[in-house]
Amino acid sequence: MGIKTVAVYSVADSHSMHVKLADERVFIGESPASESYLDKKKIMDAVKGTEAKAVHPGYGFLSENADFVGMLENENVTFIGPSAAAITGMGDKLESKKLAKEAGVSTIPGYDGVVRDAEHCVQIAREIGYPVMIKASAGGGGKGMRIARNDEDARNGFKLSSQEALSSFGDSRMLVEKFIDNPRHIEIQVLGDKHGNVIYLNERECSIQRRNQKVIEEAPSVFLDEATRCAMGEQAVLLCQKLGYTSAGTVEFLVDANRNFYFLEMNTRLQVEHPITECITGIDLVHQMIRVAKGHKLRITQKDVKINGWAIESRVYAEDPYKNFGLPSIGRLYKYMEPVHLPGVRCDSGIEEGSEISVFYDPMICKLVCHGENRQEAIERSINALDSYVIRGVTNNIPLLRAILTEERFRKGDISTNYLPQVYPGGFKGLALPEEDKYKLLAIASALYATNELRSREFLNAPKHGIRGKTLDEWKLYIEFVKDKYRLNVSQTNGYFQVDIDGKRYEIDKSDINLAQPLLSVRINGEVNVVQPFSGNASGHYQIIFRGTNHKLFVLSQRASEYLYLMPEKLKFDISKQVRSPMPGLVKSVSCNVGDVVAEGQELCIIEAMKMQNSMVAATTGTIRSVNIHPGDTVSDDDILIELA
Amino acid sequence: MDVPGQYPSKLVECVDVPPVADIVMSIRYSISFCSALRKYAARAQQRCFSSAAHTLKIAERIRQTRNRALLGGGQQRIDTQHKKGKLTARERITLFCDPDSFVEYDMFIEHTCTEFGMDKKKFPGDSVITGHGLVNGRPVYVFSQDFTVFGGSLSSVHAKKICKIMDQAILVGAPVVGLNDSGGARIQEGVDSLAGYADIFQRNVLASGVIPQISLIMGPCAGGAVYSPAITDFTFMVEDTSYLFITGPDVVKSVTNEDVSQQELGGAKTHTSISGVAHNSFNNDVDALLQLRNFMGFLPQSNQFPTPVRVCHDPCHEDVPALDTIIPPSTTTPYDMLDVIFGIVDERDFFEIMPKFAKNIIVGFGRMNGRTVGVVGNQPKVAAGCLDINASVKAARFVRFCDAFNIPIITLVDVPGFLPGVTQEHSGIIRNGAKLLYAYAEATVPKLTVITRKGYGGAYDVMSSKHLRGDINYAWPSAEVAVMGAKGAVTILYRGKPDLDKREAEYIDAFGSPFPAAQRGFIDDIIEPRTTRWRLCRDLDLMETKKLSNPPRKHGNIPL
Repeated sequence: MGIKTVAVYSVADSHSMHVKLADERVFIGESPASESYLDKKKIMDAVKGTEAKAVHPGYGFLSENADFVGMLENENVTFIGPSAAAITGMGDKLESKKLAKEAGVSTIPGYDGVVRDAEHCVQIAREIGYPVMIKASAGGGGKGMRIARNDEDARNGFKLSSQEALSSFGDSRMLVEKFIDNPRHIEIQVLGDKHGNVIYLNERECSIQRRNQKVIEEAPSVFLDEATRCAMGEQAVLLCQKLGYTSAGTVEFLVDANRNFYFLEMNTRLQVEHPITECITGIDLVHQMIRVAKGHKLRITQKDVKINGWAIESRVYAEDPYKNFGLPSIGRLYKYMEPVHLPGVRCDSGIEEGSEISVFYDPMICKLVCHGENRQEAIERSINALDSYVIRGVTNNIPLLRAILTEERFRKGDISTNYLPQVYPGGFKGLALPEEDKYKLLAIASALYATNELRSREFLNAPKHGIRGKTLDEWKLYIEFVKDKYRLNVSQTNGYFQVDIDGKRYEIDKSDINLAQPLLSVRINGEVNVVQPFSGNASGHYQIIFRGTNHKLFVLSQRASEYLYLMPEKLKFDISKQVRSPMPGLVKSVSCNVGDVVAEGQELCIIEAMKMQNSMVAATTGTIRSVNIHPGDTVSDDDILIELA
Repeated sequence: MDVPGQYPSKLVECVDVPPVADIVMSIRYSISFCSALRKYAARAQQRCFSSAAHTLKIAERIRQTRNRALLGGGQQRIDTQHKKGKLTARERITLFCDPDSFVEYDMFIEHTCTEFGMDKKKFPGDSVITGHGLVNGRPVYVFSQDFTVFGGSLSSVHAKKICKIMDQAILVGAPVVGLNDSGGARIQEGVDSLAGYADIFQRNVLASGVIPQISLIMGPCAGGAVYSPAITDFTFMVEDTSYLFITGPDVVKSVTNEDVSQQELGGAKTHTSISGVAHNSFNNDVDALLQLRNFMGFLPQSNQFPTPVRVCHDPCHEDVPALDTIIPPSTTTPYDMLDVIFGIVDERDFFEIMPKFAKNIIVGFGRMNGRTVGVVGNQPKVAAGCLDINASVKAARFVRFCDAFNIPIITLVDVPGFLPGVTQEHSGIIRNGAKLLYAYAEATVPKLTVITRKGYGGAYDVMSSKHLRGDINYAWPSAEVAVMGAKGAVTILYRGKPDLDKREAEYIDAFGSPFPAAQRGFIDDIIEPRTTRWRLCRDLDLMETKKLSNPPRKHGNIPL
């Protein structure tokens, strides 16, 4: 568009991509957001200092802060977004619900006032009838939100949520409403200009969530028929007209099994998942936002808005998916390759090789957006893209994303916001490989092992010593994978490794195996498989990423394996006696002392990370032997917090 | 080797012991008689029969003796060894060497002791197995002490066997690997056993710097026996099943009244993290032997051979962008020097030496474009990466190993100085720090240096600086070479003056960058971190033909 850009950045972001891409850059302070990105004065100084004419707030931070918009308006700087009044109207949940009702939008039954305390909360909950949702009035993004199914839940939920709300938004006001069981989360993208035109750009389905945060979004939704789509779109437009909404925004609805929809909230900013709408409509939302902010009229009319194919966004997070569907992890990406070489793949990311995922900000790595002619193609493209996505240095949620995309219910489109807990009731444990894939993985591991064996003796400057003319071309291997043990033979012939396992034969092209590259296309019996060798060492411990999951294998020569049974078992430490930090974070409170007798499941301390409070409970009944933390301490992943005797 | 009776014929050929000669002689003898005068035919036939019988008898005796030798101390003792979670001496060799490559010496040797009824207890080969084999196609001499025979105790013939292969290893120019599992001296032999130890020590010393010597402690190693591993270049241990000490817990108890277990006194954990006697430890016998095979791949055959260059799959002409972001924006924030090392060596494959001891310095082997390099790096994550006594000694020995065996040294510098303190001074940081200085100054191998952040004070000089004949010295943009940190310098320069903060800022402005050193030519270039790998690979190629030797002398006098 020919517009010069200025980036603001904190200490932690000094190496970031946005800083490198911008024409000018302004340093605005320390890493914690409160001392940089949330500090309005610093941002205003940056605006004034660079004489910027407009500010795009992105998402999060000050994107929905009416005060900030007011400050910009005072300085005659354009805010690329809605007016302060619209933000105020929609920013508060109580207020927004009232406005929506007035505009004729259908809303969820609930208590239209501020909840006084925990007891009040219980009382209201009883009146509406359980289950109820307790949420922060100023909230968003799933923070400060809890479901209560009984009085005790309501009491605790109120306490925790209001604390979270206070620390996240500086506002502890809470509200309570009817909780709609098994709903879908479907939202309508709207776009308005300063001339009274508002259009809707169809829907996005964001039902796949964990802890009220979105994981996979798609556009359009499999669930909506044209009539419902139209009704939702029109109500959204009504709301915008009532508000005098003049930018891109999103009206979120809960949709029940009968296609009844209820207004949830409106996000008066660009959404994280906006690219999928861009894919299917062909409309560049940021471009439009800038145009309308400048005062231009929308050139697009409602009838121009079409649905072209299907788009799926997978949010790739630096998270451990095996803990509570994703607990943040941190680290530096020592290797990072986006699968943008594949057709229909778009990666929106502020991360590059070498970037650090820190405790200070959201642990999102990338929005992987795949566009196809239909849902099936979009899913297949997403799966291929995830398989070819190279991320080293942080734990990531690709295993979960891929598992969802290959799961039957998802593929049928039978999803709801409870999808994850319903499909993975005990938490996500990873997928077992199908039999055929398992053998392929074993074959790949054998080929890597054999290649390494051959390479170990390829010295460029040493004389060759043979053993009576024999060359190394056969290996008898032993592999432990999951809980199974395999014996297999590998031989090299004519450019191939031939792997024989359990009566099956796999031929792997030798030239496809490379010990340094992170991403390999390996032809097995002529068919291409995408594989990521992750690590391997002389002790025989291999890690290979295959079909989305990082698999651990133990590969030895059969000769060596014959002695394994003689090796002493190493003592395993009883970890149920230890409470370890599941992620890096801050100790919020400690609710036990040395010598206390605690019951299994009793809360011992609360760790706050990424503004989420995690209650750490005793895994077993016992006496507290040591407490290694104090409120306010910073802890790392896997630190021992409390020990039981 | 594990199936009796199926030996490579080579094995028989190389066994140069009297029985074989006897067979040959008797065959010739019998032929001459068979072709003799017919009148003696009957008698001759008689003799012919008897000599053939003798031949067969001898052949049978060889077979039996060989089988006995293969069984070591017998099945019962083998089972006991297994129950302890240990492999037998032979099993260890089988795992360590390439299949079918081991060639055994002195299988028929017997101990010479006659006292205490020992003449009736003999085992062919005695309590050690010796020979040579291939490890990934390169020859290695190996001895493996057999705990099932007299507890692996060292007799005079045991020592002779070891000395024999050591002598040959020096002649040939191939490493010697010792798999130690021995109860100590053969008490029945008394002084002979002691003499045996000394013979080995002498050879260890003569071989030092000529061929790589590696000890893997896989069982007990106590008393005088410990000094052989101590002299060798690298000592590795097996966790839980091995220990090294001069005197055992009982003696300790009687002399100093201290209660201590064998593992606490001299186990793998103690020696890898507290004493620094061992260079690393491994999970179990299998793991240790596989890792040792891998380790051998980094080493040259002898000081006459060039550094090994292995085929490399990792591109060495490309930028490594991840190196750009390792140094944190704030100069007081620590980072992990291992990240830098992983970023520059091939395939992130780094064999760290003494990873648990003196963690403020990292030493170990990696490869760059396939060529082995020794890497020394200050570790800012631990004690700010300062040099203390342990770190200096650890790095000094490593640098000297590399220098002795023509392995180029890459030094990554982020050092705030030598560690101050009463304990350090009283324990001799001066003479110990001098070891590292001496080692670097003496080294004539290619020395490449990258200053990643701090290079302060005398420690800067020590860490392979230009002044100590560093060949190519780079600085990253984050480098600051100065006589000391800004705060310290300002308090001395402006003692008692106001505005110290302002002056500190001035000092940082003047010296907190690579410029002062670059302006004086103390660093050759300021480079972007992402270019480090390919530059070092290129420089190593350039340095391949480097020729430098120190003045002739008997030997220098390193401050030991």
